[in-house]
This record gives sequence, C-alpha cells and structure tokens, in this order.
Amino acid sequence: MLRLNSYRELEHLREQLRQQRQVYKTTVMICGGTGCQASRSSSVIEAIRSELSKQGLTDSVRLCVTGCHGFCEQGPVMIIEPGNIFYCQVTPEDVFEIVFHTFVKGKVVERLLYKDMVSGKSYQMETEIPFYRAQDRQILSQNLNVDPCSVEDYIISGGYSALTKVLSGVSPEEIIKEIKSSGLRGRGGGGFPTGNKWSECREAPSAEKYVICNADEGDPGAYMDRCVLEGNPHLILEGMMIGAWAVGASKGYIYVRNEYPLAVKHSRIAVKQARELGLLGENILGSALSFDVEIARGGGAFVCGESTALMASVEGKVGEPRPKDVHTVVDGLYHKPTTLNNVETWANVPAIMLKGSSWFASKGTQGSKGTKILALTGRIKNTGLVEVAMGTPIRTVVFDIGGGAVDGKAIKAVQTGGPSGGCLPVDKFDLAIDFDILAEAGSMVGSGGMVVMDEGSCMVDVAKYFLTFLQDESCGKCVPCRLGIDRMLEIITDITEGRGRPEQIDLLEELADTISQTALCGLGKTAPNPVISTLRYFRSEYEAHINNKKCPAGVCKSLITYSIDPEKCTGCGICLRVCSRKAITGEKKEPHVIDTELCQKCGVCISECKFDAIKVA
Amino acid sequence: MTPSDYARILEGRRSQPHQLIEALQDIQEIDGYVSEEAMKIVSLGLGVPIIEVYRVASFYKAFRLHPAGKYTLTLCTGTACHVRNSHLLIDYAIDILGVQPGEVTPDGLFSIQQVNCLGACALGPIVAENGTYYHHMTPGKLRKLIDTLRNKAEEKQYVEA
Repeated sequence: MLRLNSYRELEHLREQLRQQRQVYKTTVMICGGTGCQASRSSSVIEAIRSELSKQGLTDSVRLCVTGCHGFCEQGPVMIIEPGNIFYCQVTPEDVFEIVFHTFVKGKVVERLLYKDMVSGKSYQMETEIPFYRAQDRQILSQNLNVDPCSVEDYIISGGYSALTKVLSGVSPEEIIKEIKSSGLRGRGGGGFPTGNKWSECREAPSAEKYVICNADEGDPGAYMDRCVLEGNPHLILEGMMIGAWAVGASKGYIYVRNEYPLAVKHSRIAVKQARELGLLGENILGSALSFDVEIARGGGAFVCGESTALMASVEGKVGEPRPKDVHTVVDGLYHKPTTLNNVETWANVPAIMLKGSSWFASKGTQGSKGTKILALTGRIKNTGLVEVAMGTPIRTVVFDIGGGAVDGKAIKAVQTGGPSGGCLPVDKFDLAIDFDILAEAGSMVGSGGMVVMDEGSCMVDVAKYFLTFLQDESCGKCVPCRLGIDRMLEIITDITEGRGRPEQIDLLEELADTISQTALCGLGKTAPNPVISTLRYFRSEYEAHINNKKCPAGVCKSLITYSIDPEKCTGCGICLRVCSRKAITGEKKEPHVIDTELCQKCGVCISECKFDAIKVA
Repeated sequence: MTPSDYARILEGRRSQPHQLIEALQDIQEIDGYVSEEAMKIVSLGLGVPIIEVYRVASFYKAFRLHPAGKYTLTLCTGTACHVRNSHLLIDYAIDILGVQPGEVTPDGLFSIQQVNCLGACALGPIVAENGTYYHHMTPGKLRKLIDTLRNKAEEKQYVEA
C-alpha cells in the first residue's frame, strides 16, 4: 500500500475501499478471539472458507474474522449481515447448512440461534439477546466490523478520522481541554483524570517525551484489554497518536502481556501497516507530528501494573517500583516525561475527539463518565465481556445481563477490582458501578473484573487466594508488603486449615492497616483489601472456620470430608476406577464407600460421577 | 538454539540494553527455557552485565531457567478460574504427575506451569497445552487429557522404534 501524504489522500483511500466493498451482498463476522478460539472457532472459519469457494460465493459473501464479540460462553459465535442474525456454538458440521440456507436462500437456521436458558425463548438478532440488550457497547461494538489484521477494515469503518480531525486544526491545548471536559478517568484501576495527566505531561519541560499503552492486564480475571487490543489494534494506535500530539511525544510503547499471543501478533501487524501507510513515522499525513510505536512484551509480573515498575520493565530492567516523589508525567521512562494510559483509556480517545466531550460526558454519573467494559465471570450463567454506561447498578449486570446464578445456587457476592479490590455482598448490588461509590463501599472499579460468587464459594478461601497471589507477586522491595502479606497469609492458612484462633482476626486487621499505610507502591497499599472487605461483609464465615472448624461453602480441604450418598449411588464403578488413591471401594451395582483416611479430596470422583452421588460436608 | 538463532534474535538489538526482556522471550520461545549459555550470549550481545541478565530472567515469572517437559500443562490460576475450582486441577496435576509446578516428570514427558491469567476467563477453568486451550476443565477432563498425551508419546516412540 502507498504511503499517505495528506488527510485528503486518506479520505480518498477510504472512499475507494468503501466502493470496492459494495460488491459483497452478505457479510459474516465470526469471532476469532482467544475465547472463541478455545472453543475451536478456527475449524469453523476454515470450513466456511472452503464451503464458500466450493459454492462459488467468495465474490458475494465477505468472511470477516473479527476480535472478541464478548459473549464468550456461547462461542464460537457469528453475526450475519444484513439481518443481524446471531448464531452461537457453531461447529464445522453446521457450516454447510449456514452457507446453503442463510447465505444462498436467505433463511435462518433456527437451531443455531441463541436460546435463553431462563425463558426458553430463541432470539434471531444479536441486538435482541438479553445479554447484549442492556449494554451500551461503544468500544466493543467496534470489534464487530473489523478484521484486526486489516487496516483497510479499520479505515472503512471510519478509522483514523479522529486523527485527521486533530492534525488538521486542533491544537494540543484544545485536545487536552476536550479530554478534561469529557471527564475521562483512567480505566486501568486508578481512575485518575486522563486530561490532568496529559496536561501535566505537556507542561513538563523536555524535548523528549513518551506515551505508553499499558496492556499488561495484571488483574487475574479481567481480559477487556486483551480483547480490545487483540480485536481492534488500530483503535489503540489512533488513540496513542492523538495522545502523542497532545503531550508532545515522539515515541510510544505498547507494553503487552506475553501470555496474550494474539494481542502481541495483532498489534505488531498493526504497527507495521501503520508505518507502511505513513500513519506512523515522520510528518504523519503531512503534519508536524512525527511519532513511532514499539511493542514491548511483559514478563508476567503483577507489580508491572504500577507505573514506575512498568517503565523499568520497558527499559529491560527488573520491574520494581520506586518512590513517586516526582510523578512519571515529569520523570518517567528514561527519566523523561511520560504519559501512561491503559488500553481501554486509549480506546476512548478517538471517539471523544470525533463526537465531542459532551457526548462522552452525557453517559455515566457525576464523577464517572462514559462507559466501562467489565469482565463478567465466575459462577453465573452468561459470562463474557460487558460494556455498560458508568452508573449502572451491579444488579443489572449480574442478573439482567449475566442471567443470574447457575445450578440453582444463590449468588452471594461479587469481587470487583481484582487483587486490589474487594468483595461486595448481594445486599450491596444496588450500588452503581462508579469509581467513587465502589471505593466508598470498600471495593473498587479497578480495571473492571467482576467475578461472581455463589454459596459454593468460600470467602475466606477467596481472601487466601488473593494473599497467595500477592505474596507470590510482591516484588520484595519494601518490607511491609514482602513480610506483611506473608504473615497475613500464614494466619489465613491457619484459619482455613483448622488451626485458627479468635484473636487472629484482630491481628489480621492490625497487619492490614499497617501494610496499607506503609507499603511503597499503590499495589502494596491496596494488597490487604481482599481481606479487609471479606472481614467487613463476611465475618461470620471467618468465625465458622475458627470456632466451629467448618467451611460452610465446602471448599477448604482440611475442614471437609467426601462421602457417597447410598441412595444416589448406582454402583457403576467409575469413581472407583478414576480415584488415584484407591480410596473408593464397593461391589458392582452396590453403593460404594469412600475411605476418608485415604481420600485426597481431589474432586475427580465428583466430576466423573453421573449421578451426583458424591457429597461434600 | 543454533548460532543462527542467536544471530537472528540479536539482530537489530545489539548494544540496546532495553531489549533484554524481548530477547529472552524470543529465546524461550525456541528453547522452552533460558539456559546459562543463552544468558551469556545475550549479556555480550546487548551489553548488559551477566548478573543483570540473571536478575531479570529470575525476576519475571515468564522465564524458565530449566528445560520443560515434552508437554507443559499450563494451568490458569486467575480469580475467575479459581472460583470455578481451578485449585482442584492444580492439586490433581501435582498428585497424579508427582511433580511440583516448574519441575519435570522423570520420564521427561510432563511439566506443570501455573499462570496468573490466560485471558479466557469466561470459559474457565482453562488449561492450555502447546497453544491449545481446553475450557471448562474438571479433574476428570484433566485426567483424560493427561492420558491422551501420554498415549500420544508412547505411540510416537513405537513408530520411531
């Protein structure tokens, strides 16, 4: 492709590409994101490709392999336009029928439509499905029209128009003013006003400045950044270009998790394409902006979500944070002023510049504007990525979009904000998803992870899980975090293993308080949050572990036993064969028994038993 | 790693210390781990003291300093997978294979790796093996996966013999 030397050439290219596309009568958008690939979408894609060429339809049907659509639980998913027909859980065997009935005859294949588990109703259009209906998908919907490896697709869908608008006459000061008045706050966890960050960086005196996109997504249980970067990498590049112009940076980095191979691959391809088109490099589109982007892969360290640690890692060093007496907007990467924003924050920038700050600010609450992508996961019916306007109640997300509990169990809590966040009980579900409101309730919006828990989840075990994670991930530089979390984990391990003493709860609270006041970086300061919030809302579970030596949810291995319900057991013998400890005995067609001395509580018998006969108590 | 692999990886990165993590990632992609020899070569190539190379390689979770087994079972330990009982999978893998995460079984076939998140949280618990993701895993499904892989290795051996 030729290098574009002016805004006009870009617009001309867009027009040309749009005309070329008009030959297609039908477009099929199939998800090739990590989630659907796990459900083997690649074999479906191959089958469609070969069926289209077999039937001579390659000139009239456009196959677009897109990034994540969000509804991962139902993968592989596809949408067919025109008609907005949504098919889910598609297998290669279904492909012939789809091509013949839907592409050729224009009919819908009923059995592939989404069927709501609660009402039993089938839905033909994507927009009608309860999971999508209550959402406001400003960023995620852009994934649908774009093959992440095709810059043409991005340009056709209006991509890089915000960049041309900005470069053709919006001054850096005006951009910053616009971002400030939009009320955009950082989507990575901190919730710091983005406009303020940019303006401080712009004002910092230095000829050399940097912008960085944080795609390290350290929160285990959140994956919106992967989805956006993997599904629409040019959107992030466009956001970064506008940011670079605003703060005066000439170099940018995308710091991305190596555990996200598709995101690494797609962002590399996007950078290469943008360079070829002259959208990265010297005098972009004939303007005064010169800017280039490099991809830096992370090494899988949670602490690198902290700005100074992340910058050390981009420099190829050990990711340890340093005291932030001077902020990174002044003294950042290579000691130069640096603007660091998260993927989702950058993704919001082009639309704000194109549609205006008042459009963005019209969504959300007083203090939290725009939309937020949430990773809705855990013990819930509809899992996946959800984008809602800020201020939406938790209840709407968990019950209306998420469809509520699975297996008839009652939902107990939702964990938001990852390891720095907290657990909120069901009676707090009317709270709005808003930076300040959730913080006040002892949790946080964070990067948007929402892990739903039901009565089968033990809150003490969840607290222990996060402490184990944090103890492992503590970089070790400061004592409160390195040793304090270690001690807290020791105590909570005692509690989950039946050695807990009542006075240990006070000790936990004291340690939590000391760590949050004295740790060096933000991650250390917030590390005790999972313990503080579970103690605040689920103290009775701690007491049951300590006083009664019982785990009410049946999770903590030292406090539970497995047994076989003789009423339900048919004596089929499968548990007996799969038990690696030979702890199960019994005659054929007679109820079996478990030797609790030998039993490791590994769960293999539970997952293999077809009669639900293994009981945990 | 062959000399030409090293040359390719160091190409364009020589005397650029900030490329250290990138170079180590590329080496691990080929070898499955970062050897002492690799650290020495990278140290010379990028102009980073060997102690610093070791410090970085041992700091980041992504890097293995010992060879992995033929099949590495990557078990996701993210929050979403945890509340769907991924801890049972880890305990089960450790018990059945008789090795801790990071170790290799004596026959050289299996190793276990825990990762904080694979980013397919909606489908958890997730186990990955050689780039293939297995979703909604249970101890029972993991047992079958291990059996399948073991049979595959035995078949291969038979063909080679």
